Amino acid sequence: MKVQSRFYVIPASLLIALVLQIMPLPIEADLYRPDWVLIVLAYWSMALPNRVNVGIAFITGLAMDILLGTAIGIHSFALSVSVWVLVANYQRLRNYSVWQQAIVIGLLSALYHLLVFWLQHLLTDIYFLFDYLWPTFTSMLLWPWIFWLLRKSRRQFRVT
Amino acid sequence: MDTIFTRGPSINSRLALTLALSVMLIVIDHKFDGFNSTRVYLNSLVSPIQYLANLPSVMLSESAQRLTSHQQLRSENERLTNKLLMMSERLQRFDIIEAENSQLRKLLDAPVKPEMRKTVAELMAVDNNPFSQQILINRGAIDGVFPLQSVLDDRGIVGQVMEVGTTNSRVLLISDVTHAIPVRSVRNNIRFIASGSGSLDELILEHVPHSVDVQEGDLLLSSGLGQVFPEGYPVARVNKVVRDESLPFATVTAQPLARLDRLKYLLLIWPQAPVADDQPKEDQPTEAELIEGNKP
Repeated sequence: MKVQSRFYVIPASLLIALVLQIMPLPIEADLYRPDWVLIVLAYWSMALPNRVNVGIAFITGLAMDILLGTAIGIHSFALSVSVWVLVANYQRLRNYSVWQQAIVIGLLSALYHLLVFWLQHLLTDIYFLFDYLWPTFTSMLLWPWIFWLLRKSRRQFRVT
Repeated sequence: MDTIFTRGPSINSRLALTLALSVMLIVIDHKFDGFNSTRVYLNSLVSPIQYLANLPSVMLSESAQRLTSHQQLRSENERLTNKLLMMSERLQRFDIIEAENSQLRKLLDAPVKPEMRKTVAELMAVDNNPFSQQILINRGAIDGVFPLQSVLDDRGIVGQVMEVGTTNSRVLLISDVTHAIPVRSVRNNIRFIASGSGSLDELILEHVPHSVDVQEGDLLLSSGLGQVFPEGYPVARVNKVVRDESLPFATVTAQPLARLDRLKYLLLIWPQAPVADDQPKEDQPTEAELIEGNKP
């Protein structure tokens, strides 16, 4: 029996991630907002590297740049590099346990934030605060749940 | 399952391509402002996502409004009526003073300041990007908003319009690190440049010599010299003056008068369009106004 693969699951999950990424939050909670887009991209690029890789990351990054009002190209640069790291090592990363993967995601999120900071620093003179790295921790904590949710939906909808 | 190595270019060449594209886009956008005209379309393209993200807070405030009690509404009504009375009393005095002022200006042969067209806008979203302070408002090109337009709240200047979408636009706050506004002190008309510090409650006055007469509590108004902001709107109040002789300049900081952390209703003004006043509900500018308003 051949089940038609649901092509819309990946774009839909990315869209939801984008909405969560820009949703207005109170200032106290805003600091700890996890990198929704990065986590969702990370899952798909590890699970289906033939469907989601650097190109999709680049396009999602462009959407983020327009939504956040940063110079176009900054988030696409950082997301492309982060996803490239995952896709280049996906066979190894798949064998890790979820908590080991969470640590990898944390490191990746730190790399992503530093890349965004460095690029912004080249364009405008902003100062580095360690507060900018809080999302690293929240993303790490969030990874197991997103992993579970997205794997369930991938199997449910037979996305290949 | 086919792996990434069996089709298409290799992952490394894809990365090289996207990085080259990103760097090119950054340079085009930042150094040459190449996306100024296309940003309108790009913003309108993604605005459904913004409306979607804004939905929960809209629903929350809607339900909060529905649940307010009768008593609360009555007390608010009373408070607003009182305020209106006070305001209209002040307005009566203001009318006389304005007439007097325009007569004096005529005597001096100075140009009379015209009335400006205004429109009320509402806050849609605050950016969560920690490196820049921008907000999104619910007025766009349809309402005649133009880039560099001044945005105020009930206390003072908030910022300037940076990008215009079809139905919404992005405002750069005066406290952003990339923003600076020319101001003058009310007390003695000394001119300063107030640049943003990156935190919402602080502006920095740059290059102030030690000998300059500036004190804590000085009110700073926009001087209108940058050709962006109209003259005479309150901007900030000086809250710290440190004259450390070992530094080349005095350290002067000021606190913005607009409450940048609790914006809700904002005022857009058209300095170049001295036309009849607005009707906040149906506000349709004519073609001529728009063209006039777009001139810098």
